[in-house]
Amino acid sequence: MLYPGRMTVADSHRAVEAVWRIESARVIAGLARMVHDIGLAEELAQDALVAALEEWPRKGVPNNPGAWLMLTAKHRAIDQFRRRDTYERKLQEVGRDMELRQERAEAELDDALDDHIGDDLLRLIFTVCHPVLPTEGRLALALRLLGGLTTEEIARAFLVPEPTVGQRIFRAKRTLTDKKVMIDLPPPGELPDRLASVLEIIYLIFNEGYAATAGDDWIRPSLCQEAMRLGRVLAGLMPAEPEAHGLLALMEIQASRIPARTAPDGAPILLLDQDRSRWDRLLVRRGLAALGRAEALGTLGPYSLQAAIAACHARALTPEATDWERMAALYRLLAHVTPSPIVELNRAVAVGMAHGPARGLEIADSLQGERALRGYAHLPAVRGDLLAKLGRAEEAAAEFGRAAELTRNERERALFRARATALLPAHDRHPDDPAASG
Amino acid sequence: MRYLVTLKVSAQPEEPPPADLMEAIFKLGQQATEAGALLDNSGLAPSAEGARVEVSGGRLTVTDGPFAEAKELISYALYEVKTKEEAVEWASRFVKLHRDLWPGWEGEADVLRLFGPEDFAPPA
Repeated sequence: MLYPGRMTVADSHRAVEAVWRIESARVIAGLARMVHDIGLAEELAQDALVAALEEWPRKGVPNNPGAWLMLTAKHRAIDQFRRRDTYERKLQEVGRDMELRQERAEAELDDALDDHIGDDLLRLIFTVCHPVLPTEGRLALALRLLGGLTTEEIARAFLVPEPTVGQRIFRAKRTLTDKKVMIDLPPPGELPDRLASVLEIIYLIFNEGYAATAGDDWIRPSLCQEAMRLGRVLAGLMPAEPEAHGLLALMEIQASRIPARTAPDGAPILLLDQDRSRWDRLLVRRGLAALGRAEALGTLGPYSLQAAIAACHARALTPEATDWERMAALYRLLAHVTPSPIVELNRAVAVGMAHGPARGLEIADSLQGERALRGYAHLPAVRGDLLAKLGRAEEAAAEFGRAAELTRNERERALFRARATALLPAHDRHPDDPAASG
Repeated sequence: MRYLVTLKVSAQPEEPPPADLMEAIFKLGQQATEAGALLDNSGLAPSAEGARVEVSGGRLTVTDGPFAEAKELISYALYEVKTKEEAVEWASRFVKLHRDLWPGWEGEADVLRLFGPEDFAPPA
């Protein structure tokens, strides 16, 4: 045993939970392959956790806790196989002789203790992120089964009531069963779409933590860390997929700014105003390394391109040192790969920096009729910034006022209001003033 | 939360570490990396190759290694985990490999939390 006897029950519960966090996804993944049912696999793993919570405080944490959990769950699985009528139903489904099937099931169970772990985990990842599920179902299931988060933790993270999350998880599992989704790796033809769905879910988790879309809370960093952990797991399991590294690079570089992007009073600090000495150099270094791996693997996809853009900031020791031309070119590539008015708006910013605010404003102005940007606070905010640089303060102030009305983030609203107010002294500037005509 | 785990050795056999141990250490490191927990790690060359910069009594002195400590610092690992217990679990696995695969080895791992953005967060 590893832990000394003088541990309290609470201590040892926390130790069990730590093991659970490290092992649960792999245990559930191994069981899911054996029982072909994610819900049942989770139940079995939970049973094993309960057994651990009873036994480990008395006997100590076993030498190989992951194998212990798997073995305990395996015994329960065999019990269930023998007892449950689902066993027979499953037998009929595969149209196999019962004895043979049982032998195979037991052989598979033994197998799972060996080295299928990586593949199993990948199967589980692809299954819980299956496009057949609604986005919220995929998010909840991923955090629950891959992240080991409780329903309550997920509810708190997404600012929804706990029963809602419970329902989402329940429905998602049922949908997987109803639609007879195989717990398997996607066939090669489906891989791009299925991988896109996995990457999307991980990045959604990250973004939920990085910027709260409503209310006061600017950062909920634990979701960022969870997403980065999943991104690292995925990149480790699919080292030949450039976008797995690209997404990881994007998240690590963005997260490197977390220590610098909030003022002591909680107000957001824009990227160019951040104290770069507070950027997390370890995450920058890891992010650039992951980007390097993505680049070495070939053509850059949307996540790698976004990471390459983020890297333009990360490599610059001062805002003035930013390679805006490279960034504008990368945005053009990104717009080509994933055409979107939001990408164009970002390109407007980069072009404004690289080739002057007038050129940036041309692009931003061309986006004014875009339906997708209707109600999007950053369109007026970007126009306001470019107009301000052109000396058109009055128009700029009006744009920031509009941005403040549109945003749902209180902190952001305060920031836009402050910019509008700062521009107001120019209000009574004479229209012939050269500074106003740009 | 980030934790720095430093490994110090107090006694080790004369012969070099067995290949089994080195392989197991490599595997565990890979596992911890693939689990998304291990951010950075490295073994450390003997302090004979290092130096110590010290301030004492207002005087700054630089002394070449080796340091005359009973316990030599031999490696570090930087983890990002949710709880201290998780870092302790990874450290325990690491130390256990030494116990199981290199009889006679004795040492200790310190698990220390790094300050993070949460420590400098504005008061709620």
